[in-house]
Amino acid sequence: MEYFDTLIVILQSTVRVSVPLILAALAGLYSERAGIFDIGLEGKMLAAAFAGGAAASVYGSALVGLGAAVFVSVCLALVHGFASITQRGNQIVSGVAINFIALGATVILGQAWFRQGGRTPQLGEGERFTTVELPFAAELADVPILGSIYSNLLSGHFLLTYFAFALVPFTWWVLYRTRFGLRLRAVGENPGAVDTAGISVIWLRYRAVICCGILCGIAGAYLSMAMTAGFVKGMTAGKGFIALAALIFAKWKPVNVMFACLLFGFLDAMSIRMQGNALPIVGEVPVQFMQALPYILTVILLAGFIGKAIPPRAGGVPYVKER
Amino acid sequence: MNDIAIELKGIDKKFGLVHANKNINLSVRKGTIHGIIGENGAGKSTLMSILYGFYQADTGDIFVDGRKTVIRDPNAAIAAGIGMVHQHFMLVENFTVLENIMLGAEESQILNAGITKARQELKRLEEEYELEVDPDAIIEELPVGLQQRVEILKALYRGAEILILDEPTGVLTPAEADHLFRILEQLKDQGKTILLITHKLREIMAVTDEVSVMRRGEMVATRTTAETSVEELAELMVGRRVLLHVEKGPASPGDVLLSVENLTVRDSRGVDMVRNVSFNVRAGEIVGIAGVAGNGQSELLQAISGIRRAVTGKVLLQGEPIHVTGKADPSDLRHRGLAHVPEDRQHMGLVLKFDESENSILGYHDDPKYLKGMFLDIDAIRNDAADKIEKYDIRPPNPRLKTANFSGGNQQKIVLAREMERDPAVLVIGQPTRGVDVGAIEFIHKRIIEMRDAGKAVLLVSVELDEIRSLADRVLVMFDGRIVGERAPDTSEGELGLLMAGVEDTKEAAQ
Amino acid sequence: MSVPYAKLPAWVDYGLIPLINLAVAFAVAGLVVLAVGESPVRAAGLMIQGAFGYGEGIGFTLYYATNFIFTGLAVAVAFHCGLFNIGGEGQAYVAGLGVALPCLWLDQFAPWYLVFLAAIVGSALAGAAWALIPGWLQAKRGSHVVITTIMFNFIASSLMVYVLVDVLKPAGSMAPQTRAFAESGQLPRLDWMFSWAGVDMGGAPFNLSFLLALVMAGVVWAVIWRTRLGYEIRTMGHSPRAAAYAGIRQSRIIIITMMMSGALAGMMALNPIMGDQHRMQLDFVGGAGFVGIAVALMGRSHPVGIVPAAILFGMLYQGGAEISFEMPQISRDMITIIQGLVILFAGALENMFRPAITAFFATLGGARADKSIAAAE
Repeated sequence: MEYFDTLIVILQSTVRVSVPLILAALAGLYSERAGIFDIGLEGKMLAAAFAGGAAASVYGSALVGLGAAVFVSVCLALVHGFASITQRGNQIVSGVAINFIALGATVILGQAWFRQGGRTPQLGEGERFTTVELPFAAELADVPILGSIYSNLLSGHFLLTYFAFALVPFTWWVLYRTRFGLRLRAVGENPGAVDTAGISVIWLRYRAVICCGILCGIAGAYLSMAMTAGFVKGMTAGKGFIALAALIFAKWKPVNVMFACLLFGFLDAMSIRMQGNALPIVGEVPVQFMQALPYILTVILLAGFIGKAIPPRAGGVPYVKER
Repeated sequence: MNDIAIELKGIDKKFGLVHANKNINLSVRKGTIHGIIGENGAGKSTLMSILYGFYQADTGDIFVDGRKTVIRDPNAAIAAGIGMVHQHFMLVENFTVLENIMLGAEESQILNAGITKARQELKRLEEEYELEVDPDAIIEELPVGLQQRVEILKALYRGAEILILDEPTGVLTPAEADHLFRILEQLKDQGKTILLITHKLREIMAVTDEVSVMRRGEMVATRTTAETSVEELAELMVGRRVLLHVEKGPASPGDVLLSVENLTVRDSRGVDMVRNVSFNVRAGEIVGIAGVAGNGQSELLQAISGIRRAVTGKVLLQGEPIHVTGKADPSDLRHRGLAHVPEDRQHMGLVLKFDESENSILGYHDDPKYLKGMFLDIDAIRNDAADKIEKYDIRPPNPRLKTANFSGGNQQKIVLAREMERDPAVLVIGQPTRGVDVGAIEFIHKRIIEMRDAGKAVLLVSVELDEIRSLADRVLVMFDGRIVGERAPDTSEGELGLLMAGVEDTKEAAQ
Repeated sequence: MSVPYAKLPAWVDYGLIPLINLAVAFAVAGLVVLAVGESPVRAAGLMIQGAFGYGEGIGFTLYYATNFIFTGLAVAVAFHCGLFNIGGEGQAYVAGLGVALPCLWLDQFAPWYLVFLAAIVGSALAGAAWALIPGWLQAKRGSHVVITTIMFNFIASSLMVYVLVDVLKPAGSMAPQTRAFAESGQLPRLDWMFSWAGVDMGGAPFNLSFLLALVMAGVVWAVIWRTRLGYEIRTMGHSPRAAAYAGIRQSRIIIITMMMSGALAGMMALNPIMGDQHRMQLDFVGGAGFVGIAVALMGRSHPVGIVPAAILFGMLYQGGAEISFEMPQISRDMITIIQGLVILFAGALENMFRPAITAFFATLGGARADKSIAAAE
């Protein structure tokens, strides 16, 4: 029973840390499936976390915070879009730039506005998201196994958490069952086909980066307004890159993205939990190894040793109408 | 009275200095197959792109069904009932047939409703035009012929009444091509109008009702197919050109220096571009390969020079084999006496951002005479470049000038100087005078003759028929990846033109 | 058929346009300063004063610049081959081992110059080794070097935490760092250079690795523009098809270039470890690997551009630290913004102003032509 409780606790924190990964990785999915590579997920998330934390504390409203987070993230996404779609610049360089701008600006503006060493003020009740209890969670808690799963693992999360998980099938539906999704996937594979079908490649790609901005914004809001109560400088701490790794690991497919994020989240949760504890068979595993594992797995996948990650064919290449 | 599907009036289009279409007039009758024929660069594709809204004409008007129509983008073309099957298919390769057909014509935001309708419509089209294709097949798993069928279905699904096919048989086997022609007949019977762009006379004669000939951006003639002949068309296509005058004595061929046996080369799509080609080039002769671009000449050159792997075949350089199917290495071939002037001067033969002297050693940069240990001997390189500049009259005479700043002719001279001054045994040249000014052409031709007279074996590939005729001692004609005939250089243009257009038995055709 | 940009005079191409891009980057940074309620002009004044106004400031400026010369060269070398090495940060971090281990082994008995020599070789080898895998994967398996180097940055970070916490930390110590090196594990400071100029360097850790950085700038220039290898690298970078035509073995060049890039990034570790802290600490790279991207873009991948660009960023680091005393709103993080803006405007948006400038020069040319026609009449 003790092992079971531990497992529940680990899974619970897996869910908690996976949420921003899922949101950010799905954000990247919209952009990259449309042929715009985005290594600026980290920066957009960070800027959104800051904007959310700041606006929520100033206006005393979580919803305003969420709106600000999304707005700022979309603005940065549009900068990336402008550089890579309109100006046909290097998408990698643009993404790197956005990461740094966000990293610096959040600290400078945070210090200027709140003078708490780059933090935003602690968010109080109503200024942050609260968890929701599913019906009968308390009553069912004592039912063995299932009750614990229901009340401890499924219940008691933020609305954003449920939103993130709901977004996975939704994204799948958008991608494979709507006109927008069909065109989005097409433009990432062969923009020429989209253009000759009479669809604007530019506008389609802009819509894709805007989707990416919105989701990165929500991911950021989750970090500063749900997972914690306020922005702390550099709080994304590489989550944007883990999400990128998860996206590649998932071979740019929405349901795979969820599992990849849960896997990477699980590794994260384990590494915190395991500090100093030995595992049954392998003995003590350095916590750093667990932390590096997502990246190592992604590299191995990229190398083509376990399956092959084939990015959208037109990814990273600006569309030039030419025959 | 309104039996004209499409009428073009005074279409004119320039790309910078290139005058791609000059005051084009064309009218296409409804319910006919109208061929447009011309050599590469004659302006056919540009004209069709204007009709499909990919480009805008500088001046001129388009009339569809007698109404003046402005076609600003492909959308407008689709709305006007024009569909296009592109030379390079515009398909999303990892999509299903159905998804490709629906793309851009989905009917509603959510696909499901449309999918059912699309399936029905597709089924109807398939039955009506006998165009069977599995709607759930993935494009990249289909053979090329079926992929093309999807392109046709795509256009029909959008309600196209006028169908443009741009070089549709380039990627097809003869059997697939025949099938395509049957489909086109079928479409015509159903009242569709078809514009067929091609450079193959056989196709024109086989399926078209009328044919228009383009040459160098101009529409030179329109004929009723039944009333014309391949000879007339070939002549119209190639034009009566003044043979460039090149001083040239008789050749005195010696040993075979380059021998190609049963060479087959496949491109990345898996299409055989060179099919079982064999020929020899002897010392002291120029063998010219004539043909319309895209018939496998590029792949042939690249395989011989070690840049592209061949599937099967044997190539001997001065009697020693080149591993064309394996590890042929361009730098090793250079050491063995094979010099190569590539067709694509700007991307392959030169690095445009390098200065002139740097380009004058490309490929020979491992020669000890340019090196001091691991370092480049800059003085030696620049002096060497300066010598070549003088000898080849390259202007401006500045070895330190960025190569992009030289004119086309001078860029070509940089490449020629580099390859010819190595005193190779075999010289392989692709398109020696493409984009080269008239003054330089004469100089380049003289140099090539001099190489021959110095006992080199020269293999010359050019799409300029008059260039081949004035330089080569023997002419091989390439069509559809094969060498379809060997002729003497003084063979008439008409006969060579027929061969280039795929009419193999010229004697029979001439009767 | 597309002629993207008309030809411009070389001074516009290599001088004016990069300067305009830079100016815009700094102007936007100025707006940020304005947004936090400070005067950009005063901030710039303070920054220059802090970076160059007194001996110690100059010493620090050049100390930081040393890091950025190494990492800027690393990024630039890869650029010449058409590769984007974002992994300088991780390569430098792992190369810390190549510096620290020789120091820990040799500092008790070998003279400093031998330790230095061993550390140079060690850091270059370690950095190269860390870049080898992404390079090999790109060359042989087609894995995109950008993604793999990002991943390797994180792997390096975990690895080094492990090494410092679990392996190299002396027993009984709490701080995740190696023991301090003895005197021969420390690089001589360059006080004498300052004394010549009659300036006191104070406590600035400006040290011998700066001269090594300058030497490496020269070496990079020579390798790229004066050797056969460099010729092959540049051919690859400009035109992979021309490289294939010339018989250059592409995968070999990719791997070698990545290793050179990693080695240069790795040598950066000498400066903070042997030159300043005299021990290896956690996070000693501190983002210098990323600054290298901005430096290389700004310096247009040429050592002659990279050295001043590195000094400019050194100035930003040092001056930025000084500003924060006077303007508490503006911390060193301001530099991160500037770094991002430079990468954006000098990199991703480098051609944004080109059409306008081309048009401007065209009208200028046109006006001149008109005038000559008028004169002729």
